[in-house]
Amino acid sequence: MYYTVDRGPDVHEPSIPDDWELVVGLEVHVELSTKTKLFCGCANAFGSEPNTNICPTCLGLPGSLPVMNAAAIESAMRLGRALNCTVSPGVMARKNYTYPDMPKDFQTSQYDKPTNHDGWLDTADGVRINIERAHIEEDTGKSTHVGGDGRISSAQYSLIDYNRAGVPLLEIVSCPDIRTAEEAKAYVSELRGIVLALGVSDAKMEEGSMRVDANVSVRPRGSDELRTRCEIKNINSISSVGRAIQHEAKRHIDLYDSGERPIQETRHWDEEAGRTRPGRSKENEEDYRYFPEPDLTPLVPTEAELAAIDASIPVLPGAQRTALAEAAGIETVDASLIVERGDAGFALDAIAAGADGGRVVVHLNNNLADGVGKLTPESFAALINMETGGDLSSTQTKEVLAEMVETGGAAADIASAKGFEAMDTGELDDMIDELIANNADQWARFCGDDEGDAKKMAGFFTGQIMKATKGQADGKVVAQILNSRKNG
Amino acid sequence: MSENVAHPAAFGDAAAIASSVAAGERTASAVVDEHLARIDEHEDAVHAFNTLMADEARAAAAAVDERIAAGETPGRLAGVPVALKDNMCTRGVATTCSSKILEGWKPPYTATVIDRLVAEGAIPVGKTNLDEFAMGSSTENSAFGATKNPYDLDKVPGGSSGGSAAAVAAGFAPVSLGSDTGGSIRQPASLCGVVGVKPTYGAVSRYGLIAFASSLDQIGPFTTSVADAALMYEVIAGDDPMDSTAAPQPALPVSSKLGAGVDGLRVGIITEMAGDVIEGISADVLARLRAAADALAAAGATVDEVSVPSTVYGLPAYYMVAPAEASSNLARFDGVRYGLRADGTNTAAMNTASRTAGFGAEVKRRIMLGTYALSAGYRDAFYGKAQQIRTRITEDFDRAYESFDVLLSPASPSTAFALGDKTADPLTMYLNDVCTIPSNLSGHPAMSVPFGVGDDGLPIGVQVLAPMMGEVVMFQVAAALEQAMASDAASVGGA
Repeated sequence: MYYTVDRGPDVHEPSIPDDWELVVGLEVHVELSTKTKLFCGCANAFGSEPNTNICPTCLGLPGSLPVMNAAAIESAMRLGRALNCTVSPGVMARKNYTYPDMPKDFQTSQYDKPTNHDGWLDTADGVRINIERAHIEEDTGKSTHVGGDGRISSAQYSLIDYNRAGVPLLEIVSCPDIRTAEEAKAYVSELRGIVLALGVSDAKMEEGSMRVDANVSVRPRGSDELRTRCEIKNINSISSVGRAIQHEAKRHIDLYDSGERPIQETRHWDEEAGRTRPGRSKENEEDYRYFPEPDLTPLVPTEAELAAIDASIPVLPGAQRTALAEAAGIETVDASLIVERGDAGFALDAIAAGADGGRVVVHLNNNLADGVGKLTPESFAALINMETGGDLSSTQTKEVLAEMVETGGAAADIASAKGFEAMDTGELDDMIDELIANNADQWARFCGDDEGDAKKMAGFFTGQIMKATKGQADGKVVAQILNSRKNG
Repeated sequence: MSENVAHPAAFGDAAAIASSVAAGERTASAVVDEHLARIDEHEDAVHAFNTLMADEARAAAAAVDERIAAGETPGRLAGVPVALKDNMCTRGVATTCSSKILEGWKPPYTATVIDRLVAEGAIPVGKTNLDEFAMGSSTENSAFGATKNPYDLDKVPGGSSGGSAAAVAAGFAPVSLGSDTGGSIRQPASLCGVVGVKPTYGAVSRYGLIAFASSLDQIGPFTTSVADAALMYEVIAGDDPMDSTAAPQPALPVSSKLGAGVDGLRVGIITEMAGDVIEGISADVLARLRAAADALAAAGATVDEVSVPSTVYGLPAYYMVAPAEASSNLARFDGVRYGLRADGTNTAAMNTASRTAGFGAEVKRRIMLGTYALSAGYRDAFYGKAQQIRTRITEDFDRAYESFDVLLSPASPSTAFALGDKTADPLTMYLNDVCTIPSNLSGHPAMSVPFGVGDDGLPIGVQVLAPMMGEVVMFQVAAALEQAMASDAASVGGA
């Protein structure tokens, strides 16, 4: 099951004692969203009826042969370049092992000659994580084990759907450079952002088009040793990446503290229980007997192809953050959310159209979480200019914005249709002075030392003004005038 | 001498049949019926076929006849019966590799080569017997019983494409297809007195050929004449989008120089296979090799000996590379999706039980050998070293071709041996391919041309080897040998 159980930030997470350090490497599988599979013409589609997107080749029938999907190689090389990798002529290799949902009983992957190697990625927090390799391989089918505890060992029977068999994957292997659970989440988040910016995958962890396995070990802080690691599988969301790593690291520390040590094994993250459990125990280290795939020829990109790939790479999240931060006058980390949502270009265009950068960021972060809808950068800029020019209060701006997203109308038209006339500040001054004169007791309490009571009275005066202006007054301006009367 | 049922081209060779059918002198249906009658008469003795496609063949022949009646062009192989090695997929027709593991499996698709033959009007008449998964040199390693040599029913036809070689020698079909991984076309061609061609690796699509060793396997024809072999080659060769290892070029025009003679061509006899370096090549085979060289010299070729030193390491290198690839290729026969499934208490036990029951001894031996050759800690010493030898052999051949247009060697170290003679000792059996294996390792083309008989009166073939994509000159020289034999009284089974 790939459904995320998001426990939110309120769940208590174990803390890592200061004298311990995490050593984490991530293996991220990304399903490339090519039209067809890696080695045949079958549709690469999620959610079809079982065993409908299959042919002799992706079923591994005797006599069938693979033919490399050029689009998959191109996607792989684009992601490689975006991850600052060296892109080399890749050689496909057979990884020999047996599993019922793997039709040929070997996986066509890459071994000693991956397409991409030796790259890096900077997280939004500015931490550089080195990338060992990003290689092309095929996905397996999907088993559903019926009966028992849901694993193959105890099942009464198993159903296999080969629709996913042969779907192109890119496996991105990080170096063990990650030192905290937060860094791991930031790495996955950044990688996902790059994948989405390139458009090479929809990278949905809940549908399995992005899958993360974490190799976790711990060591005394300051040491450079590499201790026994465990591979954690079945991590189904970015927040689970952090939780699973944190829990697993704590398990290792507890073992060391009690004089024991972890054994090298594959473990499964149990989101409900908030712990990892041992997976299928492997008595022997698996020997995959790799050798070059004789049915495929090496993938040698020409200089022209590489140049075209470089030219096709869009502005990536890191550069988007920098550009937005600069344009809006904010910290780069504060641009993360907008970049992550894919709205950086929109924000930059709105700023270029004359909108105040700070307000652009505030509205995108707080009021446009569900998307910009029919808003255009220009119409958005016009609205913000009305707001910063004092023509609309922030409450009114929000209301107009919501309608613009829905209908695509112009800010001025919607504001006028709603009767949001600009309040003259002088008119407001007069109204407030009259209100103070008519409510001397309340005014005295507003100016008094009882802070709570003063706050209550601030609410009284603001409320009266809003009532009188039918909500057209700007609450902030009212507060400013009240304070200036009190202090002045 | 025991019974001889050989009758190659019993009803004419492929070229003769195609032209007479196209001209309306006889119908494809009549041609097919003649062949089916001959099969009916002698198949029990020869056992060339695993599956006979009599009904399908009659229907296909009727369709060809209708096309001719409708004035359509019937194709270059109109009405020509063709026998297919039973490791090539035929849609809806059992394809067994002579293994119990594929019991009951009918492929949902057809191999490219067969589609191409049928498109030219050829009529598949049956699926021929082979050593299980093409592993063997006598067609005795078949789950369905051995095939007999039509020239002597007590002898083997060679292998692994023994059924396809025997079918042509017995006159069951004028042409057939085999596959050659280490000599599986050329050695049985030699033993059955027919022409057998292993094209350049990549010249012919492997799509639909059930893989034994993917980097070595190549499909080729068995025929009764060099001209028929050239015709078959031209029909089946050429690029195929379904096979990434297929050379991106059309079929070479191998028929173009069949009558050109060999005047001025440089012919090199491979020293290592012409005497004492590689042991076990019988005297009568070497005598026929010398006779072939003499015939070419008499026809104007320059003949000399040339050393291709690393060919002596071909056999050990082959028995690392081929089983290694086979161990991976055959992993899919696990009882999960098709073929034989034996009961087991869990999936792994079912896999093991299915393979134990489904694979024969030689297949199991090679899977184990190949698994070992690829294992961690051994891969570099075995598989890795074998790949280095492979590169050396290719380089040695290429060097020889700087001075020679073609090379000559025996195709098989001996004439057909008795059934059961070599089954006890696998190594003795492996030595049958000592002359043919180097071409598979290098990828170069090679073919066996009948060139007389041995002391026992049984056929002997001479192997003509050529550089990469050198099929035109290879066929040219083969045609010259055939012509030289035409007047030789030692020719067996001839007209």
